Amino acid sequence: MTSSNAVDKIETKFQDHILDKSFFRGELSLTVDKLKLVEIMSYCKDELLYDYLVDITAIDNLGIDPRYEVVYELYSYTNSCHLRIKVGVDEADREVSSVVDLWPTANWHEREAYDMVGINFSGHPDLRRILMWEGYPFYPLRKDFPLAGKASEMPDVAFSEPVPLEGGPFVTCPSSDATDKREPRSREII
Amino acid sequence: MSKKITPAAYDSKIEGNVTFTKLDTAINWMRSNSLWPMPMGLACCGIELMATGASRFDIARFGMEVMRFSPRQSDVMIVAGTVTYKMALAVKRIYDQMAEPKWVIAMGACASSGGMYRSYAVLQGIDHLLPVDVYISGCPPRPEALLEGLMRLQKKIETEESVVEQKKELLKELSH
Ligand code: SF4
Repeated sequence: MTSSNAVDKIETKFQDHILDKSFFRGELSLTVDKLKLVEIMSYCKDELLYDYLVDITAIDNLGIDPRYEVVYELYSYTNSCHLRIKVGVDEADREVSSVVDLWPTANWHEREAYDMVGINFSGHPDLRRILMWEGYPFYPLRKDFPLAGKASEMPDVAFSEPVPLEGGPFVTCPSSDATDKREPRSREII
Repeated sequence: MSKKITPAAYDSKIEGNVTFTKLDTAINWMRSNSLWPMPMGLACCGIELMATGASRFDIARFGMEVMRFSPRQSDVMIVAGTVTYKMALAVKRIYDQMAEPKWVIAMGACASSGGMYRSYAVLQGIDHLLPVDVYISGCPPRPEALLEGLMRLQKKIETEESVVEQKKELLKELSH
């Protein structure tokens, strides 16, 4: 079975809950209804044999509604094919059902998405921060969080300060210019 | 004419004889030649730290080969690598557990200043938390650089006057 077969099966079974479907460079992505997520995921795992959850990541599309998107990257060892499932998440309601019961590896992936973007995975057995310390007040991978960081303090535990960027970050601006113009240049941070 | 007292050295010819030296000099000689490092390898610099401990560079020549993974037994903490804020808590705690006298070496750009990681997650230099004795530049520093840093630390230890300091403090207390 290929991933397009799988997508066809999901579409017939969950017709009304598939919000979007895209095909890009051989990769299939489905945007599904947040409330049906666990059902669709367990169908993917049990019936379509997507036995491996490669990654879970969260995207902040600041200015677009819904603001966040949680992306699940699936792989089937049996059929050697990929599938990407996405759910949109509102700013107001950042709850998404956890899939730890299906793939135990989701545990740390969900903790990371929670730590960095602030998605709350309901039903997660141990939703703590994983990269920043417990009690850190911000979600650093959100688009409105500055690269330099913000000052934060927990008395006697930890502190953080904005870092001196001194003209940086040095990034290559996307352009069609000749190579010498595409060298890393200092760009003002907004 | 004042004569500089050099640190005593092992001499098989005078074994069993009496050697005169200053107490501080003797203490410093012992301390500086048996520095037990606490290898705080946190990132890529840790690899160079390991190389320094291996046969090619042979840190044992300087009496520092006894890497202790227990802070209770170590004298010098070599902070080798990127100190993230989360790890900084552990580094500070381990430093606090080390017994006096203790020294700190910041190995590499990251430990000295945050290095190339100008970001929200990285402490911009371990000297925000700990008193650093020697900074070693490089990304990563070569093992030779680390050895040079350790030798500078030895030089620094040789100038310390712990007994004299103690005496001064005692006199001060008595005079009150
Ligand atoms: S200074 Fe360079 S080599 Fe050392 S930890 Fe930082 S990035 Fe890695």
